[in-house]
Amino acid sequence: MPGVMVASRMQRAFSDVFLGLRNVRMWHMLAWQEIRQRYRRSVLGPFWITISTGCLVAGMGPLYSKLLNQPTGEYFTYIAVGLVLWQLMSGLISDCCQAFINAEGFIKQIRLPLSLHVLRVVWRHALMFAHNSLIILLVMVFAPPPLHWSLLTSAAAFVVLLVNALWVGLMLGMVSARFRDIPQFINSLLQVGLFLTPILWKIEMLGEHRWFALINPIYHFMEIIRGPLMGAEVSAMSWAVVGAVTFFGWIITMLAFSRFRARIAFWV
Amino acid sequence: MALIEADKVVIEFPIYGQKHQSLKRTMLHAATGGVLATDSRDHVVVRALDGVSLTIREGDRIGLVGHNGSGKSTLLRVFAGAYEPVSGSIQVQGSVASMLSITLGLDPEATGMENIFLRAALMGVSGARTREMLEEICDFAELGDYINMPIRTYSSGMSMRLAFAISTSVSSDILLMDEWLSVGDATFSEKAARRLNVLVDSAKIFVLASHDATLVNRICNRLITLEHGRIVADER
Repeated sequence: MPGVMVASRMQRAFSDVFLGLRNVRMWHMLAWQEIRQRYRRSVLGPFWITISTGCLVAGMGPLYSKLLNQPTGEYFTYIAVGLVLWQLMSGLISDCCQAFINAEGFIKQIRLPLSLHVLRVVWRHALMFAHNSLIILLVMVFAPPPLHWSLLTSAAAFVVLLVNALWVGLMLGMVSARFRDIPQFINSLLQVGLFLTPILWKIEMLGEHRWFALINPIYHFMEIIRGPLMGAEVSAMSWAVVGAVTFFGWIITMLAFSRFRARIAFWV
Repeated sequence: MALIEADKVVIEFPIYGQKHQSLKRTMLHAATGGVLATDSRDHVVVRALDGVSLTIREGDRIGLVGHNGSGKSTLLRVFAGAYEPVSGSIQVQGSVASMLSITLGLDPEATGMENIFLRAALMGVSGARTREMLEEICDFAELGDYINMPIRTYSSGMSMRLAFAISTSVSSDILLMDEWLSVGDATFSEKAARRLNVLVDSAKIFVLASHDATLVNRICNRLITLEHGRIVADER
């Protein structure tokens, strides 16, 4: 009875995600351990994350404001928020490709929900973002955004971003475990992504070629978080794109995950 | 209630990136390892388990024997829930303790104490419960003040002792072991064997994969021989 099989497969895929999410202790522990491992015995520890991003912002900010003829204050906020978010998104995408491959030891030895390995990566980046967000706070102290309730939508948008990170991680982790060229391909794309996404430059600068940024889903994710922090109004289109990506992303991922979940242990 | 029920379990490992034509011809009749075959889309697959059916009930002390690559470890991983059968079905009732890799999840940069919590979490033991067992684990591992040092400073024997102490601190319905665990120097390994025996006795089902025939005959009451991923003998 193939119908019954498909139904139970879907059930197992959902329970995998559900059980993974519920095991907060485990993914927090593994994520935090990984960060500590990287910075152990260094005096400043994880605050090196903040410092290295701070250097990037401090270096690129003034340079590009001169290159692009932008007023320093407001542009500085723009680029700081953009770079911090880019670090989060590109790091997530790149590390999610390795989520299952790196967890080979776990996957082959003990029974754990597979989603746990993705949650671990997502949460690690969320923790790293928490360190980086100090830079955003610092910049906002010097150039405070107009206090408005819409600032709260930034926080909501951040949660939406993490919800998307989970399906992206499941999908990329799965595809990368099977086809080992995918992580390389994604990393090549990410390298140029920093320049193709409106982070250092603004969408208005494209003039009639705005479409070039508008077809980039990363732009919309960035905009719903960055916009309110800049005191700008977020276009309904950005939220619509994000909504559609979230909805269809999860549907496609759950279909693929239910189909191939049991195969992942043989691919890694 | 502890029970393992396997029905025509097939496990196949797809091998990607191999020139499968030549491989297929040369290795199909190899003496060891699972059966190499090609699947419907002409990928090379290793059939590690080929239709394994068996029922393991409470009180069973299973000895899994067979050549290298006969499917013993794969079968243990199926019991542990790491591998799901490609076809056939597996049903496991009861809590499972897997001793397949007792050092899994240990972080060399973390202290012995931190590693106890890490490892316990992987075994599904709560933080509160771990704190209760802490003293007993430390006592058993006999690491003294080293317990607060990163385990990269340990000798290999010391980290094995710690891993062993943590892994054997909780009893379960079903205990899976790939080769009998033996750790530490003479005095410690005697102590470890006693602890392991208690654990094995308290388990409702015990499965040991081993090449050591005398050991298996001594501990186990049911002997299952695997060959090329099939059960060829099942004796009590």
